[in-house]
Amino acid sequence: MSKHVAAIIAIGQAIITNKEYLTELDREIGDADHGINMAKGFEAVIHKLSGLDEDKDVGFVLKTVAMTLISSVGGAAGPLYGTAILRAAVPAAGKFELDAMTVQAMWEAAITGIKERGKASRGEKTMLDALEPALEAFSVGIRDGKRLLDCLNLASMAAQNGVEYTKTIVATKGRASYLGERSLGHQDPGATSSFIMIKALLDFFRSQGSV
Amino acid sequence: MVGIVIVSHSSKVADGIKDIAQQMAKDVNIIAAGGTADGEIGTDAFKIQEAILKANTGNGVLIMVDLGSAVLSAETALEFLDEELRQNVCIADAPIVEGTIVGAVQASTGAMLKDVLKTAIGACTLRKI
Repeated sequence: MSKHVAAIIAIGQAIITNKEYLTELDREIGDADHGINMAKGFEAVIHKLSGLDEDKDVGFVLKTVAMTLISSVGGAAGPLYGTAILRAAVPAAGKFELDAMTVQAMWEAAITGIKERGKASRGEKTMLDALEPALEAFSVGIRDGKRLLDCLNLASMAAQNGVEYTKTIVATKGRASYLGERSLGHQDPGATSSFIMIKALLDFFRSQGSV
Repeated sequence: MVGIVIVSHSSKVADGIKDIAQQMAKDVNIIAAGGTADGEIGTDAFKIQEAILKANTGNGVLIMVDLGSAVLSAETALEFLDEELRQNVCIADAPIVEGTIVGAVQASTGAMLKDVLKTAIGACTLRKI
């Protein structure tokens, strides 16, 4: 199995492990399906990737992941993460190893995709509240000449802070926005799943001992 | 005639709205695209894409949506269409039941897509009492 496929499978397993947790968060302020939907999506992704030829580049693999999520998640997370990953696949096309600049370009493309698809911006209690600060922290790491693994660690911490931040704001996008002020005090399930994925990627590369 | 695609989180809702609308506009090509591929509550961009292709008979397609991911999945489906068809498909910002019914009736007269869209959006201000 190629390293990029193994990394995605690790992300998928983290989501599946957190299925109940994400669903519980979504029960508080949404329609109680985020964990179920995301786990269903990544089960399909893991199944699909396990049948994939070894020689596929990162762009191809990500495109496969995106299409699988779009067709199997069911909730808003499907088109949102699907579009994000589809956009991230573009700078990764034809590549088997990713350098920091490529990862940064992929991350930017993914966030642009989510903003376009969800017509959302930071501060609306969505996945963007984890993903955008994470990218900023990652970019600062790169600028300061840190190793990719350290940049990812900065990103993971920023995403976790982003999740905490969502507790302090009212939702203005998605199902939670129907609750208005009552969404205060609850952390956003989408921001949480974004953090879980970044953390899983970090843990995977740490376990590999290098990036 | 303009075709209509109904996107709801529930396949029962989409099928039911189709039945009501078809009663008043039996010749209009209305395709229900509710629920996920495995029959659960949710929406599926590929199911919607397929429904658009089925609904289109050359005069464009109006997509009616319920809420949230229905809009996101419909917009994602648009991205998968070829450019020519995409120019001829629009998503109505309208109540899904009333909008589909008045849109279908308008479509049955052979009206253009922009007029069917306008009629469907008009359902936003439909008074009931």
